[in-house]
Amino acid sequence: MEFLNNIFVYIAQWIRETLATLGFTPVWVEVSMAVVYLVAILGVCTLAALFYVLWERKLAGYIQYRPGPNRLGPNGWFQTIADAIKLLTKEDVVPSEADKIVHLMAPVFIFVPTVLALAVIPFGKGMAAVDLNLGVFYLIAVTSLSTIPIFMGGWGSNNKYSLLGAMRAVAQMVSYEIPLVFSLLGVVLITGTLQLQGIVEAQSQVWFVLLQPIAFLIYIIAATAETNRAPFDLPEGESELTAGIYTEYSGMKWALFFLAEYCNLFIVSAMGVTMFLGGWQGPFLPGWVWFLIKTHLLFSFFIWIRWTFPRIRVDQLMHFGWKFLVPLSLANIFLTGIGVYIYKNGLGWW
Amino acid sequence: MKTQTYTVNFGPQHPSTHGVLRVVLELDGETCVGSKTHVGYLHRGIEKLMEDRTYPQVIPYTDRLDYLAGISNNLAYVQTVEKLMKIEVPERAEYIRVILAELMRIASHMVGIGIYIMDLGAVSAVFYPFIEREKILDLMCHITGARMTFNYMRIGGVAQDLHPDFIPALDKFIADFPRFIEDYHKLVDDNEIFKARTKNIGVVCAEKAMDYGLTGPNLRASGVKHDTRVINPYSIYDRFDFEIPVGETGDCYDRYVVRMREVEESFKIIKQAYKDLPEGPVMAKVPKLIKPPQGDVYHQTENPKGVLGCYVVSDGSPKPYRVHFRRPSFNNISIFDELFIGHKVADVVAILASFDFVLGEVDA
Repeated sequence: MEFLNNIFVYIAQWIRETLATLGFTPVWVEVSMAVVYLVAILGVCTLAALFYVLWERKLAGYIQYRPGPNRLGPNGWFQTIADAIKLLTKEDVVPSEADKIVHLMAPVFIFVPTVLALAVIPFGKGMAAVDLNLGVFYLIAVTSLSTIPIFMGGWGSNNKYSLLGAMRAVAQMVSYEIPLVFSLLGVVLITGTLQLQGIVEAQSQVWFVLLQPIAFLIYIIAATAETNRAPFDLPEGESELTAGIYTEYSGMKWALFFLAEYCNLFIVSAMGVTMFLGGWQGPFLPGWVWFLIKTHLLFSFFIWIRWTFPRIRVDQLMHFGWKFLVPLSLANIFLTGIGVYIYKNGLGWW
Repeated sequence: MKTQTYTVNFGPQHPSTHGVLRVVLELDGETCVGSKTHVGYLHRGIEKLMEDRTYPQVIPYTDRLDYLAGISNNLAYVQTVEKLMKIEVPERAEYIRVILAELMRIASHMVGIGIYIMDLGAVSAVFYPFIEREKILDLMCHITGARMTFNYMRIGGVAQDLHPDFIPALDKFIADFPRFIEDYHKLVDDNEIFKARTKNIGVVCAEKAMDYGLTGPNLRASGVKHDTRVINPYSIYDRFDFEIPVGETGDCYDRYVVRMREVEESFKIIKQAYKDLPEGPVMAKVPKLIKPPQGDVYHQTENPKGVLGCYVVSDGSPKPYRVHFRRPSFNNISIFDELFIGHKVADVVAILASFDFVLGEVDA
């Protein structure tokens, strides 16, 4: 049990020791370990994207009374791989009037914040590539970067639909960043730490979803908007903007955007689990299994939302964000602050 | 800051123009400040083609007008010719016609509602109505052998009697359908996003609706109690007990509500007609060569999309001299240019979808 719980930690230790015995100097051991972590993160990233693309299609199929992909491999589980091969071999069409460099770099850059964010996610006890003591702050900082590649894609395509989608994306992501951050602040107030491991440890007795239900709700809404998923999929808005920012992308470039969407959703799910649902805490099973189960459930919840609700309109989106979510999240911080103050100072009176 | 408007070509290839409608939108940011609708991308010259066919040969062409409701178009045409030739249609044929026309109305509204909700972004909501529509198309297949282009009505009756499989299949449909209506109301009606997207969007007041010649659910949503089946009954519609649902404000939400309630009313008619279905022949005694007397005749039926008027001019030969259809979708979409102004891009899509038009009918 203990071994299973720490299996990945042991593997990392073993690699580190092997490298040392092979005669690497400490500096080179650190550099090599960074490469190992990077490969591991990219592996998680790719596997998560490949798995969840199919899982979403399956789940959407069940919701819509149809089987979903079920031809290739056992019960259709190889469908994404086949799709990826198809997309790789497709012709890459670049509009003649496009800003070629920006158009090319956008789908590459979109993975940068994703990989950066995964570096600090604690998949289990001691299982974070980098355990920053400013973890929450770092996460917020790097995930807000993902606005830029999306705007690059919309701008570089030189298409009116794309530009309209990009403008919507920027407005939306900047607006919903604020309630997202504020919803996390409540948790930080309670724990008094920005370190993700510390926040998970603090939930050994009670999950923060019970102490911060409003914050959790705000987090779910804001995270859906941050990842541009329905009902907040305005930048893409198929029925309005054909494909919004992705209109002029085809082949593998489009696939990269597509995969990044799932990676980002995986990250916000993982972040929600870490901050509100007790992270890797849980009985019987190894921590990292618990973490994956919880992330999976939260991810499936996002999928369920997507395939149920209609899309909100752009002005309603702004009103909802600024006039409802931001004041609500501020009120939540205020109440949490009072609660924490009373808890810390007031308990002395009794 | 100096800003300028820009033009967006909305269609003819666009996911939510329901075919090949082209709307050139003048946008100020997200707001529509000007609009010009272009039609004609699907024009096949059906009316001209009909002039070179004999009267029965025209029937299949009517299937291709509003291809989501082929039977209803068949009905309008054959009744016009029957009116011209003064043919009495047997009772059983009339009942079969009504059952099929109302089934067709449900099928057409299922598509209209499903696509409407899908264009608002709720993709799953299109599948449930389409499942019901598929059941209806299966029913149709039992009788006519076709899913969409039926060519089932004949001048003087219907092509053949009901297939033995049809009655049990219809029984099953009648038993299952109310549950779908209930579920769908639960899914859509009180959804806050749906209400926010449709309430007070694309408001058409009763006066304007009549000025533009809107008909069908789009007119009734504005509060005008106009239904050809009631005010000018054709076939045997005067024998059934049903209501004309009307809306209040004439916004997108009302257009959804009216369609949903119309489906229920059609369901009521089907049940009544099915209960009274008499035995007997399904075809009147008509001459082998159909040669209506010289003259012209106009006849209107209530199609799912609105009032379908059919005008036939006969010169006494076996081929019609002129056939013209008053296609409801064509009149309905004439209001778009005025209605879009001042709305957001997303609302334009909502309005387009809420009018439930079919380009096959617009362009003929």
